[in-house]
Amino acid sequence: MADLIKVKINGKEYQVEKGITILEACRRVGIKVPTLCYLKDINAIGACRVCVCEVVGARSLVAACVYPIEKEGTEIYTNSKRVLDSRRTTVELLLSNHNNSCNSCVKSGKCELQQLSQELGCNEHHYDGLKQSFEEDVTPYLVRDNSKCVLCRRCVAACRSLQHVSVIGANERGFNTAIGSAYELSLNDVPCVACGQCITVCPTGALRERDNIDDVLAALNDKTKHVVIATAPAVRVAIGEEFGYPIGTNVEGKMVSALKMLGFDKVFDVNFTADVTIMEEGTELLGRVKNGGKLPMITSCSPGWINYIEQYYPELLDHLSTTKSPQGIYGALVKSYYAEKNGIDPKDIVCVSVMPCVAKKTEIRREHINAYKEGKDVDIVLTTRELARLIKRAGIDLPCLGEDKFDNLMGESSTAGFMFGVTGGVMEAALRTVKEAVDGKPLEKLDFTAVRGTKGIKQAKVELGGKPAKVLIAHGIENAHTVMEQLKAGKLNDVVFIEIMCCPGGCVTGGGQPIQPAEVLNNIDVKAVRAKAIYAADKKATLRKSHENSEVKKLYAEYLGEPNSHKAHDLLHTHYINRKK
Amino acid sequence: MIRSHILVCGGTGCTSNKSAEIVAALKKELAAQGLDQEVQVIMTGCFGLCANGPIMVVYPEGACYNHVQLSDVKEIVTEHILKGRIVNRLLHVEDEKTEQRVMSLSETDFMKKQVRIALKNCGVIDPENIDEYIGRDGYQALAKVLTEMTPEEVIDVVLKSGLRGRGGAGFPTGMKWKFARASQNPVKYVCCNADEGDPGAFMDRSVLEGDPHSVIEAMAIAAYAIGSSQGYVYIRAEYPIAVKRLQIAIDQAKKYGLLGKNIFGTGFNFNLEIRLGAGAFVCGEETALMTSIEGKRGEPHPRPPFPAVKGLFEKPTILNNVETYANITKIILNGADWFASMGTEKSKGTKVFALGGKINNTGLVEIPMGTTLREVIYEIGGGIPNGKKFKAAQTGGPSGGCIPVEHLDVPIDYDNLIAIGSMMGSGGLIVMDEDNCMVDIAKFFLEFTVDESCGKCTPCRIGNKRLLEYLDKITSGKATMQDLDDMEKLCYYIKDNSLCGLGQTAPNPVLSTLRYFRDEYEAHIKEHRCPAGVCKALLHFEIDASKCKGCTLCARNCPVNAISGNVREAHKIDTAKCVKCGLCMANCRFDAISKK
Repeated sequence: MADLIKVKINGKEYQVEKGITILEACRRVGIKVPTLCYLKDINAIGACRVCVCEVVGARSLVAACVYPIEKEGTEIYTNSKRVLDSRRTTVELLLSNHNNSCNSCVKSGKCELQQLSQELGCNEHHYDGLKQSFEEDVTPYLVRDNSKCVLCRRCVAACRSLQHVSVIGANERGFNTAIGSAYELSLNDVPCVACGQCITVCPTGALRERDNIDDVLAALNDKTKHVVIATAPAVRVAIGEEFGYPIGTNVEGKMVSALKMLGFDKVFDVNFTADVTIMEEGTELLGRVKNGGKLPMITSCSPGWINYIEQYYPELLDHLSTTKSPQGIYGALVKSYYAEKNGIDPKDIVCVSVMPCVAKKTEIRREHINAYKEGKDVDIVLTTRELARLIKRAGIDLPCLGEDKFDNLMGESSTAGFMFGVTGGVMEAALRTVKEAVDGKPLEKLDFTAVRGTKGIKQAKVELGGKPAKVLIAHGIENAHTVMEQLKAGKLNDVVFIEIMCCPGGCVTGGGQPIQPAEVLNNIDVKAVRAKAIYAADKKATLRKSHENSEVKKLYAEYLGEPNSHKAHDLLHTHYINRKK
Repeated sequence: MIRSHILVCGGTGCTSNKSAEIVAALKKELAAQGLDQEVQVIMTGCFGLCANGPIMVVYPEGACYNHVQLSDVKEIVTEHILKGRIVNRLLHVEDEKTEQRVMSLSETDFMKKQVRIALKNCGVIDPENIDEYIGRDGYQALAKVLTEMTPEEVIDVVLKSGLRGRGGAGFPTGMKWKFARASQNPVKYVCCNADEGDPGAFMDRSVLEGDPHSVIEAMAIAAYAIGSSQGYVYIRAEYPIAVKRLQIAIDQAKKYGLLGKNIFGTGFNFNLEIRLGAGAFVCGEETALMTSIEGKRGEPHPRPPFPAVKGLFEKPTILNNVETYANITKIILNGADWFASMGTEKSKGTKVFALGGKINNTGLVEIPMGTTLREVIYEIGGGIPNGKKFKAAQTGGPSGGCIPVEHLDVPIDYDNLIAIGSMMGSGGLIVMDEDNCMVDIAKFFLEFTVDESCGKCTPCRIGNKRLLEYLDKITSGKATMQDLDDMEKLCYYIKDNSLCGLGQTAPNPVLSTLRYFRDEYEAHIKEHRCPAGVCKALLHFEIDASKCKGCTLCARNCPVNAISGNVREAHKIDTAKCVKCGLCMANCRFDAISKK
């Protein structure tokens, strides 16, 4: 038990733990202190000065996010006139160097700067003066618009401490300070993994995904095109947030309805292709174990992770499963299996996917990813956020819709496939199928609880065919980095299978998911809450194993033959490239 | 047998005035006249009287020669060394009117009121020769500390001496050491701040150039006191001479066993390394300095935790500046009481100031705390050139303020300077006369801090930029009284909200000039007039038709053809074309052009 000390906040006495920050103390006793640069566990640098408070006896105001309360009897004011005036001036100064084109900003209405400005009663023209001017850094997956940057450095911290990538930082100094890569290189030219975590922590519109909504609208409006869409597992448990639902609400049925109203010719489910992934990847794993292939085998469904290993650990590429990601398999099957079954020329098909991810926008540009030789397997990738905007643009009121079902052929799925959306999910799905295959009898227990949860690196022991086997799960590149170092050092020789997801929490908190403001992130573990929705669905479901999916069985029976068949290899597997920069 | 020593200043100022070439020429000339076995030429650190550089002192007579040129070398050798006749024309002129000259430096008014503790060896020894340092009691303090004193006793002496940090804030040095000693951690660091960045200040540079061992020895003492075995000197790469001499000194100390393992056989180990900074002003701030030593972008971070608890590489660390360290060995050898006998009640010892601006004796001076500004400017500094009137003295660099004439008799110490709206800072002292516009001065310092802000926190990054824009508006005659009001509020906001000392003090030059020279601000705003005639936007040049002879010289010199008129007729300036360069006025032989 930590020492408790008495403090006075706004004239009222409280007991708080010695050494905690003013911000934390206030949070615990229910006093709100506004913040901007602070992000719990990620960024505590006291830079923006929005959270300043008055400590009696201190020479100047102090930043609540970093100021530790050490002394008994400390007297703090969080909303005195001196404090409120200061906060207002701070935000007015930020606005004076901000591109205040809020009307056309993608973050308007969800912008933390905008909210602060309103709460603090700011006049955005109080300090009119020179503004920095910037050109946007445009990549295929994200856009950085520094004219909207407030230099909170949350993106820098996320890139460094969550993702261990550190391709962005502060350049120049003083008024000319700007976030960017070394030597002002574009993100296109540095080893960025395209995870988009920077976007999800940005309080303003300085970082956003590369928007492809107009491409989709153009395809839908083209009478000669047959437009097919599919949504990734994690999309349905997060998109509701953009329409006012609580975090972790599964709106699958309404989402499918909305997609049909938008005019897509077919609405498929990436959960289905996730099941196919399990068939391929599980078979591949068994083959490696049996034939003395490279072990441990590592999952390959997270494109940010692939971007990372190709650029940072190319010497370990042969550990990767050659199975394409569920998005890759979806694209390949739409332009082969689906096209053939329905007699449609693949060149007339526009294949759209909706992903919780911005790195997926890089995945469709990979060499060797396309099974369809005349073009792309997946033509357009939308993030969850873009889909929400598309639905709103079309005037569709999602909460009012009824529930619809995915279309046949590639619409059925097990909840094993659904679990791809959360860290540990691919592992659990794989274990359900692989263990049953090895053991040769139905599983007694389907829940592999050891692989679940938000711990950065998880280890589990399972029995496969009477023999113990070790598996490992990591999420967030910081943890992936640790695992890669262990692998390189030969410390993981007893592990057979490793699941790695680029984003902390897995796809539920991917870089393309709805953005929650710091106020939420500091108080709620969003990744755990969204994950709950997936596990809840799994608990209720009857179809919980990929290999029991009837459409999957049909796919192999009527088209591919068996998992890892020659045809399956042609369509559903890929290879990797050393991209060390 | 050496019968005479010639000391030549090897400080930065004299070096850039070719003192190294003078040394070479001296040696050549001495050899040519067969005197090289009798006379030793030594390059020393700074003598202080930089305005008169290059400076040379010839012993045993102690004759101090000023403004020595290469062409003077032969005469000095022939006259002084060979024939024993002082070269009078090179001696210091004390009084311009009487042309009275003084022979030795110590006789000058410049030196009379000085007390040299930190600068004890500067201009006296060869800084590249450890034996000369040892010959002046060098490394005796370290020996005493290691063999006779406990760490606690060392801290106690420093505490009792009343020594306060000479880098800016004036925190008691002994307290810093005490806190670091109390931190329970097997690894601690001793750092030296040699990132002197105030415009015009160069005392730390001069100490390192003239007496590097005094800093090394003091750092070893500090390390013993707090329980550290590793030190770093953070020095800006723009100080190449200081870096070179410090490295030579470190190497020599290592060779002599005065750095390294088992010093004086006591089991005490201390290793010292140099870390070069890229010359960012903010890296003088302690947390930014340590961040920079760690190899990261030099940015401050919030305190607490203080460095004494969690500093460099997250270990307990003490950081003192060069001048602070330069006092330590003398305090150890002479005792706390000796040091505390000098100065005022709360500011003990001496302080080195870099005199600059509108003053005759530009240079480095070391004075006891409590000396008045009047003594420094008029007695030591030799007053203001060209009989101009004193307007203000700026102390504390960009974090300090301007002191007006009414405070000339305030004894200089930490607390008095703060009370009158300025601060000690690292000891820059810039004198301004009636030709200086105080708004322009405030702008000058603010431009510096705006440029040097690291950009981490909002108030400093954007607030100071906006503050500068207000000043621009005022000096261009476009501001309103409302702007002045807003600007003042913004100053207090920046002071109250900035993350580190740089931001918290950046508005000081504005606030102190507003405090004492508000009328000048108001003249710019209300009358669109710059009383000192500095702010170009508010100036115009006029030709007095009654004085103009029509010589056409002004018209011929005007770079933008703004002056017209026929020969032998009064000329006229087209103010729309005029760029206010002042060339016409400078060239007019009839005093017909004035600036209004």
